[in-house]
Amino acid sequence: MIPRYQTVLFVILLAASMVMGAVLWQLRDRAHQRLLAGEDSAPTRAPEVAPVEQATLMVANDADDSLETRILSLPLPAGPTGRARAVLGRLLDLYAAAGAAHPVPGGAQAIADVFLLPAKHSSDAQSSAGGGSRPASGEGLAVVNLTGAFASSHPSGIETEALTILSICATLRANLPQVSEVRFLVDGQPRATLAGHADLTRTYLTSEPTGPAGGDQP
Amino acid sequence: MRWSRLGAVLAAVIPAVALAQSPPAPGSRFVVVLDAAHGGDDAGAKLLGPDGSAELEKDYTLALSVRLRSLLAARGISVVTTRESDVTLDAQRRAEIANHAGAQACLSLHAAMSGSGVHLFISSLSPAQHATFVPWKTAQAAWTPRSIALAGMLNSALAHSGLKVTIGRTALTMIDSMTCPAVAVEVAPEQAAGSSGPSGGIGDSAYQAQVAEAIAAGLLEWRATTPAEGQNP
Repeated sequence: MIPRYQTVLFVILLAASMVMGAVLWQLRDRAHQRLLAGEDSAPTRAPEVAPVEQATLMVANDADDSLETRILSLPLPAGPTGRARAVLGRLLDLYAAAGAAHPVPGGAQAIADVFLLPAKHSSDAQSSAGGGSRPASGEGLAVVNLTGAFASSHPSGIETEALTILSICATLRANLPQVSEVRFLVDGQPRATLAGHADLTRTYLTSEPTGPAGGDQP
Repeated sequence: MRWSRLGAVLAAVIPAVALAQSPPAPGSRFVVVLDAAHGGDDAGAKLLGPDGSAELEKDYTLALSVRLRSLLAARGISVVTTRESDVTLDAQRRAEIANHAGAQACLSLHAAMSGSGVHLFISSLSPAQHATFVPWKTAQAAWTPRSIALAGMLNSALAHSGLKVTIGRTALTMIDSMTCPAVAVEVAPEQAAGSSGPSGGIGDSAYQAQVAEAIAAGLLEWRATTPAEGQNP
């Protein structure tokens, strides 16, 4: 026979357990809601602390095979490498935007890295210049590492590929005058062509006027 | 044994240099090389028509090459083509065929959906002095002035036929290794006179014929101004 006081104690403990379970369940729900709310307000990108400066972008236009000078205000890092990456990222963002005059998907994420090195006065540059102009001392080589996704999705054609390369070289030259040579890598590796046409194995001289020029119009 | 070693050494060295063609004898034939770009595993660009139909660049360039070959042959011009079917050819092999032909004009035929009209491209190599042996990758440097002149002639002929033309310079592997006046011709969708953008399909038969006729006319004019023995720059 169970004493009466034990029965009462058991009922009280059982009721207390159920109340505590309900409270814990509610606390869990509230914590989950707070977590979700916190995720919504979390910053999705690093705050831009770089000062806003004017950058010159050489924007390609497929309609007339030209490079248009466009001056934009951008937060530019102080270091030349970060600056180069910022201006090239903005340039490719323009190409990825809807209605772009030189449509190329990818945007800023297409620039995996940009490295700035002292220019090498060797036969590498001769391959693009055929013995032409040589960089002066103190000038630099920019190595632009593109993503494989960008190269794979780039439209195929001599004109469109040449314009992409020329606009990258001209934009680097406009914002970093010390850059005299540009080489391209894709996913960190040399690649024969950008999308089947433009040669990516050679060194491009930024001072070389290799851009398309208008022909006779009918 | 010694000869086989010598052969191996030569085989390793020869691809790195291009032997400049000796000038043909006076009165020799006028030869044009037509290089239909891409082929085989390399399909090139995907060309879309206004009706949604799609064509591969490798097929388009081959059709244009065949059409041009017929037009030039009918005018008494000898034509050497780099491919006659859907086969894979690398840039080096294309340049080898062109260089062995001793041609007075080499055209690399391409097609693309970007821009409009016809784009002419010349090698971006700076002009260099002609030499007996030249680096394979920059063999075109000695021919750059002649290539610019050829592009100007084609530009005039295309513009005369009412087509929009642009001329540019760029780095193209197969052109840069050619020892002949070389131009890359890229056909883009048609643009009507007075229009600011593409107005017709690239695969339109009449448009293709207009482009081919204009190029043939330009090459005829080039033949008239180029002595057959003057292949060297």
